[in-house]
Amino acid sequence: MHKYASPKFFYTLAGQLIPWLGGVTVLLLLAGLYLGLFVAPADYQQGESYRIMFVHVPAAWMSMFIYMMMAGAGAVALVWNIKLAEIFANSCAPIGASFTFLALATGSLWGKPMWGTWWAWDARLTSELILFFLYIGYMALQASIEDPRRAARAAAILALVGVVNIPVIHFSVEWWNTLHQPASLGKVGTPSIHPSMLAPLLLMALGFKTYFFATMLMRMRNEILERERHTTWVTDMPELKA
Amino acid sequence: MLTLIKAIGRLYRRDLTVALRRSTDILTPLIFFVIVVSLFPLGLGPEPNTLRTIAPGVIWVGALLATMLSLNRLFANDYADGTLEQMALAPFPLGLLVLTKIAAHWTLTGLPLVLISPLLAVQMNLPDSAFGTLALSLLLGTPILSLLGAVGAALTLGLRGGGVLVSLLVLPLYTPILIFGAGSVAGVMLGIDTGAHFSLLGAFLALALTFLPWATAAALRVSLD
Repeated sequence: MHKYASPKFFYTLAGQLIPWLGGVTVLLLLAGLYLGLFVAPADYQQGESYRIMFVHVPAAWMSMFIYMMMAGAGAVALVWNIKLAEIFANSCAPIGASFTFLALATGSLWGKPMWGTWWAWDARLTSELILFFLYIGYMALQASIEDPRRAARAAAILALVGVVNIPVIHFSVEWWNTLHQPASLGKVGTPSIHPSMLAPLLLMALGFKTYFFATMLMRMRNEILERERHTTWVTDMPELKA
Repeated sequence: MLTLIKAIGRLYRRDLTVALRRSTDILTPLIFFVIVVSLFPLGLGPEPNTLRTIAPGVIWVGALLATMLSLNRLFANDYADGTLEQMALAPFPLGLLVLTKIAAHWTLTGLPLVLISPLLAVQMNLPDSAFGTLALSLLLGTPILSLLGAVGAALTLGLRGGGVLVSLLVLPLYTPILIFGAGSVAGVMLGIDTGAHFSLLGAFLALALTFLPWATAAALRVSLD
């Protein structure tokens, strides 16, 4: 187990995994987009614009999933003092923030034809917005501490406080929304989903996941190099020698 | 055990004494609170019904911002003169000492906000029936704001631009308290039963009291490294 946690070993392993993950990502996304944009039928209520869902829903799933991963890795880093977990948590944040932004942007694009406005204080969009703020705070804290190990530990504590808060925020925003919901916005949620729409959705979700792991490994490799730039295994690397 | 209680009592009194010697520090967030709330009628016009509708939200947001502004006072001075390091080395659980400091901080910032809230309620044309609810919601809510804020203050201790950074870290975490605090006041005006709001605020307070002093202590240890 310790072998895998050594930055040097992990660097090589990640380098071998990235092309595979990247290839699988391309296949999954192509299949998902083809099924979603060309095969799946138009929705009888929402017409063609519902297809934004194939990007929006997986992005929203990823935004939550990545925050959980980040907080989990932060906890591991705090408890067992594992460098690789710190690097993992750090690499999660910008990717998670991007997915959150994507979910917000696509949500807003979908809102225009559906609700007639770019932004509605819908419960899920609002809690996504607050999640975005949490990511920003995490990255800002991390960026303002010079020492990378101290930065990682401080950020991990923030992520843990945040992860306890996310369900609370989500549920309070939902509650707030049911009290304030303007009557014009009906519930547009789909009670059940047809298999022809479910298949592309799941393919896209899987594709987003492999994309996340591929980009995360790339970011981790970069950070490993940056942190270990004074060690011999980095200075002896053939790429650097040339 | 006895020495622990004594230490906590002394620390609480010390923090109060130190803060009271510089009373402008205590007054500043309070005056800020009053000014911010007073600005809204100037910006929106003095129409009593409009003011009444926005009052719960405005007063609560004012309380959030005032609490946030006072956060740097929580640890900064003790950090600068090394007291904090001594506390971390003391043979008492740091979490409890932190909780004591937060309690002292709340006594001098949160409590005054609660006490002055009826005055602002008059300004904002709140109906008499909502005065008690506003004060009670602030009484339950401001300790949570102080506890959450303490984590942010501990994490940003000694950093450049710590003041602005703290708001980025803490304000998103404040949203549930804002929702239920302002919601309870708005609920009373609409004639909704506000028992649920207060139960939830109480639950948040219990949760915050249990976990956040330890998170703050962990954050302080990182900052003191």
